[in-house]
Amino acid sequence: MSEMVENVKLEDNTNLELPENAFEKLPEDEKNNEFIAMKSRSYFQDVWFQFKKNKLAVVSLVFIIIMILAAIFIPMFSRYSYDAQDLSNTNVGPCLDHWFGTDKFGRDIFIRVMYGARISLSVGFAAAAINLVIGIIWGGLCGYIGGNFDMILMRIVDIIYSVPTLLYVILIMLIFGSNIFSVLLAICISSWVGLARQVRAQVMAQKEQEYALAARVIGASDTRILFKHLVKNSIGPIIVNTTLMVPNAIFTEAFLSFVGIGISIPMASWGTMANDARAIMMTQPLQMVWPVMAICLTMLALNFIGDGLNQALDPKKR
Amino acid sequence: MFKYIIKRLLVGVVTLFALMTITFFLMHLIPGSPFAGEMQGVSAEVKEQIIKAYQLDQPIIVQYGTYLKNFFSGNFGNSMARKGVPIVTIISNGLPYTAKIGLSAFIVAIVIGILLGAVSAFSKKAWIQGLSAFVATIGVSVPSFLFALFLMYVFGVHLKILPIMGLKSWKHFIMPSLALALSPVAMISRLTRSSLTEEMRQDYMTLALSKGTPYRRVIFKHALKNAVIPVVTYAGPLLATLLTGSFVVESMFTIPGIGSEFVSSVSGRDYTLIMALTVLYGSLVIIANILTDIISAMIDPRIRLK
Repeated sequence: MSEMVENVKLEDNTNLELPENAFEKLPEDEKNNEFIAMKSRSYFQDVWFQFKKNKLAVVSLVFIIIMILAAIFIPMFSRYSYDAQDLSNTNVGPCLDHWFGTDKFGRDIFIRVMYGARISLSVGFAAAAINLVIGIIWGGLCGYIGGNFDMILMRIVDIIYSVPTLLYVILIMLIFGSNIFSVLLAICISSWVGLARQVRAQVMAQKEQEYALAARVIGASDTRILFKHLVKNSIGPIIVNTTLMVPNAIFTEAFLSFVGIGISIPMASWGTMANDARAIMMTQPLQMVWPVMAICLTMLALNFIGDGLNQALDPKKR
Repeated sequence: MFKYIIKRLLVGVVTLFALMTITFFLMHLIPGSPFAGEMQGVSAEVKEQIIKAYQLDQPIIVQYGTYLKNFFSGNFGNSMARKGVPIVTIISNGLPYTAKIGLSAFIVAIVIGILLGAVSAFSKKAWIQGLSAFVATIGVSVPSFLFALFLMYVFGVHLKILPIMGLKSWKHFIMPSLALALSPVAMISRLTRSSLTEEMRQDYMTLALSKGTPYRRVIFKHALKNAVIPVVTYAGPLLATLLTGSFVVESMFTIPGIGSEFVSSVSGRDYTLIMALTVLYGSLVIIANILTDIISAMIDPRIRLK
């Protein structure tokens, strides 16, 4: 064996002397052929690049950003408020003073839709954020630790999964009163379960990969492996799930308010406005149109953003 | 297989028991009592008698014990809001309506959803693609209460071709079922579409086609069968939800089902009814989940039951 190696080496040495004309100078313009002209992008830069290609998703994102800004600033500078009644101007159609008209108490509908946006958007994003945190920690720990720990925590998930959601939502609303925090609590109580299951499955699959073993060999701590590597590598499906949670939470809030146990009057939410308008739908159909349009357009935009992210995050779907 | 089902059922019973316990203690946290409305102008003695008759004066843990004892001997108790009416009567009166509507909504959702998803995955026609995208988008962005209102307005009030309330003939079932089915149709068509396109890219599809298997056979025998797994996973819990009805749809179409009881029982503090509904819903979800797993394993042998 060793003899052979020596032989090869000898041969190599003898062949080393090459004639001068064996090489040719590379022409100037070909020198940069191997140079990668494209700037190297991080994962999220790449996602953003892919996301930008989806026009519908970008338009939706712009719409949601405008909606958020309007919900924050318009109520600050408007001369109307959500509960100021003007009984000499009831059920006015859209005009310069009242863009969307007024309702049966003479309240400006445009400003009420904006206050509704405040409630709906903050409930939606807060619920998604809370679910994200609980879901990642719960599912991550279950998937990573496994064994009896996983068994017990997943049984709890099973119990929560078989809870009649509507009944529990109402129970919580009655125990903690009709305000935005109990709406949030009620929405969050059961919706994190799906995400926890998903994160658990992802982490369980990821932890068998070689890179996880490599990280352990170098001596990375468990927390670092779990949150820096495993969770980060399954971030795609997690983000998509979270974006779809925002519309779900907005749905639930609108529904609760529509039924009359959500946000209490005279606070304006899209659900309460739709419910108020239902009684006079035949005579004043426009009053129904505004909150409905707000709900549907927001839902639509959030779903398009979710689809766009789904495509951008998953290389297989491009 | 048999052993697996028994094990799952046992786990299900434990889950249900935990669910009952949580619900029992949670519902007693609601301020107010089931008799708050009728107690005005009633003498203290009568009040005490009523409270005693329903054992609401006992410590809560004793009440829980009594409830469990009655429950396991098959006595679900009487409604507290509707005096003297057994819970069994309330549920057996309402459940048939709710289940009928739920089941028809389920069938509509599965059939239309899979059809729409499959057609849009294979068809190259622009209008079919457009239609399926439209339904999928409407389904996720329109809340069911708005869709129900829209249906009533168009078909009930404007065109006058469908009745807007009551349950006399099959025509009465159309609108409630459609209103319930809208968002499941959208979900199922999306799931079918994406898993079908995924499945068509697999190597075994190319193999089957290159061996000369007819295209139709490849689609129905191979692609659709494998692509239906995510739909099954989604459809199991969906069936449980649909069978117990929807508050919105039932209250809008004035259907005397049990869907609306989920709201009225809690707001009326009807403790016994709350418990019964929780058990009903919980056991439906648990059974639906077991069925889902068994069906998935039957379709795809790679999924093993353990």
